[in-house]
Amino acid sequence: MSRSDTLELYEVFLRSRRGLDHKHVGSLHAEDPEQALEYARDVYTRRGEGVSIWVVRSNDICASQEDDSESFFDPSNDKPYRLATYYELPDEVNNM
Amino acid sequence: MKDKILQYTTRLGDDSLVLGHRLSEWCRNAPFLEEDLALINVSLDYIGRARMFYTYAAELAADGRTEDDFAYLRDQREFSNLLIHELPKGDFAYTMLRQLFVDVFYNLFLPRLAESGDETLAAIAAKAIKETRYHLRRSHEWTLRFGLGTDESRQRAQRAIDQLWGYTHEMFDLDALEADLVEAGIGVDSSALKAEWEQQVSAILNEAELKLPQEEWAVRGGREGYHTENLGQLLNEMQSVHRAYPGLEW
Repeated sequence: MSRSDTLELYEVFLRSRRGLDHKHVGSLHAEDPEQALEYARDVYTRRGEGVSIWVVRSNDICASQEDDSESFFDPSNDKPYRLATYYELPDEVNNM
Repeated sequence: MKDKILQYTTRLGDDSLVLGHRLSEWCRNAPFLEEDLALINVSLDYIGRARMFYTYAAELAADGRTEDDFAYLRDQREFSNLLIHELPKGDFAYTMLRQLFVDVFYNLFLPRLAESGDETLAAIAAKAIKETRYHLRRSHEWTLRFGLGTDESRQRAQRAIDQLWGYTHEMFDLDALEADLVEAGIGVDSSALKAEWEQQVSAILNEAELKLPQEEWAVRGGREGYHTENLGQLLNEMQSVHRAYPGLEW
């Protein structure tokens, strides 16, 4: 049996210090979430990189697709009024 | 007394080094990449532990020897590790079942050594406890995976248990040296750990639907330097570089 028959892909998220967000650091193969968590510890925190780990089955992530990028992201390019820098501030307002 | 502590510390160093080296043989040979890294982490934990014991042994010996002399310049008759640590790596089930047996043992042994009247031994044990809890978590889960997995994984795990069982008894022997150190509040009375060890191991094997062996056989001798042929081969390989290029640095 090859690995792909028995092992699933997991994405690994690490919190490097208390107060920071979990950040995606990579992925790994494991048989179940519990094992994925242990491998994440062994593969990604060998040099004291983290204080908390999340693992998520890669299949459970719903991700935007390359094909969608026109309809997803382009529309925001011509709406500069959504950015604070679009507005001219009156001189009376300092230090914004 | 100092000489006895030196011998005791060397024993503990030998146990750690020999098992650490055995586990290192899995490097790039484990079933898959993630497990390869995980096993080598365990191996490095043991080798790190050996260094701490040998460094302390060298300090007690105070004859100019270093940790390297203990690891690389002694012959197999001078090694006093328990035999279970030197058995070959076998298949993956064999390696993990051996880990289960020693991990349960160290989870009982180290907390007691951490209360030793010898401060250095206590400090080494306190550091190693955290590692060993994680080791047990891994070997426990792998045992369940084997036992409740496929026919083949169950058979391999059961075969490993049957082959290893006779080497587990030696872990609970107490010789004159250790009895003296227990008396002095420095050593651990490992004979007192046996009942709890058996109870924990049989609970895990039950959970994995594996059987405790019924056969009564036991192999002993490691503490007196009587080893299986496996140790000679292991030392040959482990010491070859150091013996070919004494004092080489890089």
